[in-house]
Amino acid sequence: MKDLQLGESGTICCLKDPEMALKLLEMGCIPGTQVRLNSRAPLGCPITVVVGDMADYTLSLRVSEAATIFLK
Amino acid sequence: MAGGQLLSGRAGAGVSAAGLENAALRHPGALTRIALVGNPNSGKSSLFNQLTGLNQKVGNFPGVTVDRKTGISQLTSQHRAEIIDLPGTYSLYPKSLDEKVITDLFYDKTSNQYPDFVVVTVDASNLRRNLLLFTQLADMGLPTVLALNMMDVAEQHGVKIDIAALQQELGVPIIPMNARKGVGIAALKIVMAQTLDAPTVQFYSPEESLLPMIRQIRYYFNLHNDYLALHYAHQYRHINFLTPDERAYVQELTEQYQFKPLEQQAQETISRYQRINEVLLNCVSVTRTEQNEPYSNRLDRVLTHKVWGYLIFFSVLFLMFQAVFAWASYPMDLIDQGVAWINGLIQTNFDGPLINLLTEGVLAGLGGVLIFIPQIALLFAFIAVLEETGYMARVTFMMDRIMRRFGLNGKSIVPLISGVACAVPAIMSARTIENRKDRLITIFVTPLMSCSARIPVYTVLIGLVVPDAPVLGVFNLRGIALMGLYLLGFFAAILSAWAMKLLLKTQERSYFIMEFPVYRWPRWKNVGITIVEKVKAFVFQAGKVILAISILLWVLATYGPPGRIEQAETAARTEATAQRLSPEETEARVASERLENSYAGVFGHVLEPAIRPLGFDWKIGISLITSFAAREVFVGTMSTIYSVGQEADQQTVQQKLAAEKDADGQPFFTPARAFSLLVFYVFAMQCMSTLAATYRETKGWKWPILQALYMTGLAYVSSLVVYQLMQ
Repeated sequence: MKDLQLGESGTICCLKDPEMALKLLEMGCIPGTQVRLNSRAPLGCPITVVVGDMADYTLSLRVSEAATIFLK
Repeated sequence: MAGGQLLSGRAGAGVSAAGLENAALRHPGALTRIALVGNPNSGKSSLFNQLTGLNQKVGNFPGVTVDRKTGISQLTSQHRAEIIDLPGTYSLYPKSLDEKVITDLFYDKTSNQYPDFVVVTVDASNLRRNLLLFTQLADMGLPTVLALNMMDVAEQHGVKIDIAALQQELGVPIIPMNARKGVGIAALKIVMAQTLDAPTVQFYSPEESLLPMIRQIRYYFNLHNDYLALHYAHQYRHINFLTPDERAYVQELTEQYQFKPLEQQAQETISRYQRINEVLLNCVSVTRTEQNEPYSNRLDRVLTHKVWGYLIFFSVLFLMFQAVFAWASYPMDLIDQGVAWINGLIQTNFDGPLINLLTEGVLAGLGGVLIFIPQIALLFAFIAVLEETGYMARVTFMMDRIMRRFGLNGKSIVPLISGVACAVPAIMSARTIENRKDRLITIFVTPLMSCSARIPVYTVLIGLVVPDAPVLGVFNLRGIALMGLYLLGFFAAILSAWAMKLLLKTQERSYFIMEFPVYRWPRWKNVGITIVEKVKAFVFQAGKVILAISILLWVLATYGPPGRIEQAETAARTEATAQRLSPEETEARVASERLENSYAGVFGHVLEPAIRPLGFDWKIGISLITSFAAREVFVGTMSTIYSVGQEADQQTVQQKLAAEKDADGQPFFTPARAFSLLVFYVFAMQCMSTLAATYRETKGWKWPILQALYMTGLAYVSSLVVYQLMQ
């Protein structure tokens, strides 16, 4: 996910770090969910992503956290 | 009292007379106990404020440093309930100590704290994710009411919810509401006044293979359902009320059945989301409104812009700083004068040691507590607005990368900057930092920022040894020295934070991931309640410590070893008469002699060998002791010791200090001495109010003591280096 361009979307395929995965799952980042890179902080990290195909809500997370999310 | 009159007016699903009797049995004569749970940003605080108003109390959860906010709500004319506001969380599997409070409450059904039922706040515009927590709670078997909040936002997003169908699917009463505006509160109160049965719908059943283990735990502990037993298997290490034997038993079972907690939890979460999706499919329709880009996004383009974003943020900070520094000074002066006026009134009309204790000990201490109220109120007015509007999330977003390097958090910038005005409200404002370690580090280093109380000390000493000379035409050498001291404090704070980041170990994994809220107008009621709550917390909790220490300091400065003060006074008066001093000069001389022979003076002398390497004598030693009440006392103490007299201003003190000679007849305040003292004041922990604030925020003496030792140690070593090098 960390390689997304601004405005680009992808679908979550899997979560790498098991412990981080639990947190991400609870926050609604379920495999199969669409995510869109919404913005980057001025210094490149953290980022905000819009979760859900209905543009349900926005999460902000660090790039290191986003790196555990793989998209298909 | 637990609701005898509730049988009429049944509302919603799951209300029954049988449940009522249960509740009455559990807490004979007690208030109904209701726990308020919800995701962060689901409007839980607004709901809590709406339900309880100012009837709130902040206490402690046993064993942890988490505020326990409770309030009494008048549900109907005869029925009152105690509401417990629990920390916001996304799931019942705790990720932090703050969240653990929630499970602690729900695991032990025999505890007298066990809630009669739970109100879950759910953001209607974000149902899917919010329902996760609800389904977990429902599976715990707790009677639950669902407060379907933010209906207005959901409508704007084109989300239509069939409440009746959803109520059917979820099996609990649902109250659609808008807590910010107070819509739905009345209906919620009516349902809350009922007694509810446990929910009937089960949302998740553990896998077959886990059942043998779960059942054994369940029967061993006599638990009321499987899901709670499953939680025991997850959390047994962290459940306080289990005995070591009981923990060992659960551990044995988990090993025997090769229970894999991470996998089970992930699988459970996914399965719950699947179930929630099915539910939502039947009850929620979304008409995709072809709306323009959300206003929040457009605002963010400016407010988190790489240039404008920081400019605007620093303007906001500047405004805050201005408020705490300048605007607060008017009410502070009023409080100061008010206390002085009362003191004067008492002193002119009464006399005696008890009166002195009252005026110079108790009232002065009380004044020292009250004086902080304007700063705390103003700072928290700003912070509450920043939090309410959602701007604080942007601050974290913009500053995280920079602050993280030093073991701080994006939100640490607010306490650090506020610390330049006063560390007391600044430390309290660190509360907005969710991460425990980041918060602790921020609290620890904030007092290193030069606060306004240091300014009198800085100006007197800089004026003494730094020439008033222009530098490069535009700058002034004294100005540069002053700035240097501020920078010194700032860098000390940053570097200490960095060192602490390396030293502090934490078992808790920290996550940054959080919801990025949309911008909203602040609710002034919430802002007002935050201010009142913070002021109350300070006055009643930190205030006690401040009052106690200021009485102690008064005793030290007023009393001395038996007979010594009286002797000194007589000697001073005789000498004054011999030298034909004016009455004023005599009184100043007497005050000086009294102080020198008080316990504080004795300690000053005792301290002298320890501080001589820093270039200080016993007179400075006394000032260091009395400065502990507040740093600005330094100037007052120095003027007493040097018998400047009552109406001392900075200039006369400066002249006295400049005229002071050492044993060889050279000026005592050499640049080496003055800078050593300045550096000491930059670093040393000399503020009982700050210590009291740290005590209150960390809920114990460990951190305030470490903070005092560290800062004073740092001050000592730095002053030593400065003095020895410059001498």
